[in-house]
Order: sequence, then C-alpha cells, then structure tokens
Amino acid sequence: MTHAESHEHPKPATAKVEGQAHPISVYLWIWGLLFVLSFFSYLVDYFHFQGLLRWSLILLFMFLKAGLIIAIFMHMAWERLALVYAILVPTGALLILTGLMSFEGRYTFDTRGTYFAPPVVEVVKHH
Amino acid sequence: MAHDATTASGTLAPSEGMQGIVADWSSDQRAFKKVPWGKAMMWIFLLSDTFIFASFLVSYMTVRISTTVPWPNVSKVFSLTVGGQEVPLLLIAIMTFILISSSGTMAMAVKFGYQRDRRKTALLILATAAFGVTFVGMQAFEWTKLIMEGVRPWGNPFGAAQFGSSFFMITGFHGFHVSVGVLFLLIMAAKVWRGDLDNEKPGFLTGRRGNYEMVEVMGLYWHFVDLVWVFIFAFFYLW
Repeated sequence: MTHAESHEHPKPATAKVEGQAHPISVYLWIWGLLFVLSFFSYLVDYFHFQGLLRWSLILLFMFLKAGLIIAIFMHMAWERLALVYAILVPTGALLILTGLMSFEGRYTFDTRGTYFAPPVVEVVKHH
Repeated sequence: MAHDATTASGTLAPSEGMQGIVADWSSDQRAFKKVPWGKAMMWIFLLSDTFIFASFLVSYMTVRISTTVPWPNVSKVFSLTVGGQEVPLLLIAIMTFILISSSGTMAMAVKFGYQRDRRKTALLILATAAFGVTFVGMQAFEWTKLIMEGVRPWGNPFGAAQFGSSFFMITGFHGFHVSVGVLFLLIMAAKVWRGDLDNEKPGFLTGRRGNYEMVEVMGLYWHFVDLVWVFIFAFFYLW
C-alpha cells in the first residue's frame, strides 16, 4: 500500500505505481483457477451426480470461486479489516434469511399437501 | 492522533487486527482509512446490490421448495443440440467462461491503470466490454429460445410455473447489470484513451478530477457482476 492520500496535488504522469499493485501473474493464476473450478462444477452436472454429493460439490466450487473473486480480483485480501468486516458481516445476515425462508417454504409445502389434498382423500370422504 | 490518517502516513503505522477495527471505527474522522471514498461508496452500493440479488435468489428458493409441481429439469431445458447430440448446459457453461474472462481482463486493466499504461488499460477495458456484450448477446439468444419453447413468467410446458418467473427475473436483472456495466466500461475506456485520468480532467457528470482509482472502482462493479453469476450458475442452473 502506498501513499494514495498524499497525491492530492497534480503529479507528473511519470508518477510511481500507486494504489493496488500486484504482479500480473496473480491475476492470471486466479483466472486459470476460476476456469478450472467452473469446469469442475459443470462436470458435476454433466456426470449427473445426485444427492448430497451434488450439493456439496456445487457449494464447494461456488464458495471457492466467490472467495477468489472477492479476495483477489476485488482486492479484499489487501484492504483494512474495518472495510472487510463492514462488507462481509452484514452479508452473513443473508444466511439467516435463507435458513428462515427454507423453513417457511417447507411449511408451505406441507400445508399444500394437507389442504390441497390429492384425490385419494376425496374418494375416502365420499364413502 | 486525528491527523495520522491524512498527513503522517508512514510515521505512525495504524494498528492492525481487531484493535485496528476498533481504532478505525472510533477515530472520529473516517472509518475506511487508506481507501478512497469512491471505492468505499462502491463497496457499500455493492453490499446493497447483494441484498437485492439475495432477495431474488431466496424467493426463488422459497417458491421452489414450496411448489407441489415438479421443477423442470434445468439440465435438459438449457441444453443445446450440437451435431445431433444434446449437450446439457452448454450455452450456460460458455457464458460462465466468457464472464470469468471478462473479469480477468478487467483485473489486468486496473493493474495497468495504476502503472499509468494508458494504451493497455484502455484496450483491456474494451476487451472486457466486448466479453460483456457477447455475454448479453448469448443471454438474449437463450431468452429467445425459451420464449419460443413457450416459457412465460406465469407458466411453461416443462413443470412448475414458478420456473419462468424466477428465470426471467433473476437472469433479467443480472443481464441488466451487465448491460449497464458495458455502457460504463465504454465511457471509462474513452476517458482512459483520451488521457482524462492522467490529466485529472473532471468528468461530464461530476466535478471530480479523473484518477486511476476510477478504473479500480469500475472494476469492483464488474467483478461483482461476475460474482453474482457464480451464485446464479450454482443455484439456478446446477441445483
């Protein structure tokens, strides 16, 4: 990290590298990794993995990809923790929302099963 | 103490870790030290955008869990026929690789921007925009294909009616983000090419002087669009 703040005054175009400066190989590596991870998650579908294996693989590749993009491409790994936490902690609230709504969704599903009952129940009623 | 962030950077290193968080947030001046305000504001905008996309994805999850009608076989619906053979999710996979590549070129544009390499920065931003346009074009193709097959926001021939509304809402909103991003990429490429950022010229919408942090802020938005696609790809297309 360099002195981005002290550059308020006009600087000649030959100014030294400022801001986020990382070797280009870092970005190329992440680019390649994202390709590989995307390919893997595509293979999950291609080979018709099912059940727990499918879920866990999809989520694993998804979080790895998201983490690489945020940490390296968006430079989060080099930011001060005050910013990192301000962005990432509120995002955690979404996990709670997801949990609550999946609970709600299952409840709705069960309710529909009970009240929009299949024909079998109708038949039993008539007898 | 209040001055160390602006004037004396270098003489007094700000504390790190948990202590650094407390110090930054209680410094009575600015919480996000060493971060240009444009970047901090972009991050906060992206956080709010995260919640918007999360709302869409969570509603999609809720309707998918609660519907009693079987969900369409996504792998089949989004397959392409190549040489008489059905390849599942082919178009979506290509779109994913295109968007990742656009993120790669954008990240390098930011790097060359800070190195004051005007030519490479502008060309890489243009390449990013080109990838973006390709992505939106393929999405338009996909929409056309599905609409011709009878998919509507209120129903479709493959299964649960909620499939259509989720699909058009989520991919539509994402595609809109990509389109807006392409527009701003083109503007930014022009600014870089003309040397507005080197000469610190103010933009036409703002009196702010141009600088290469703008490329990084633009990059944050673009990477975010890629990031959202990672989640859409996993939850909507693969689940």
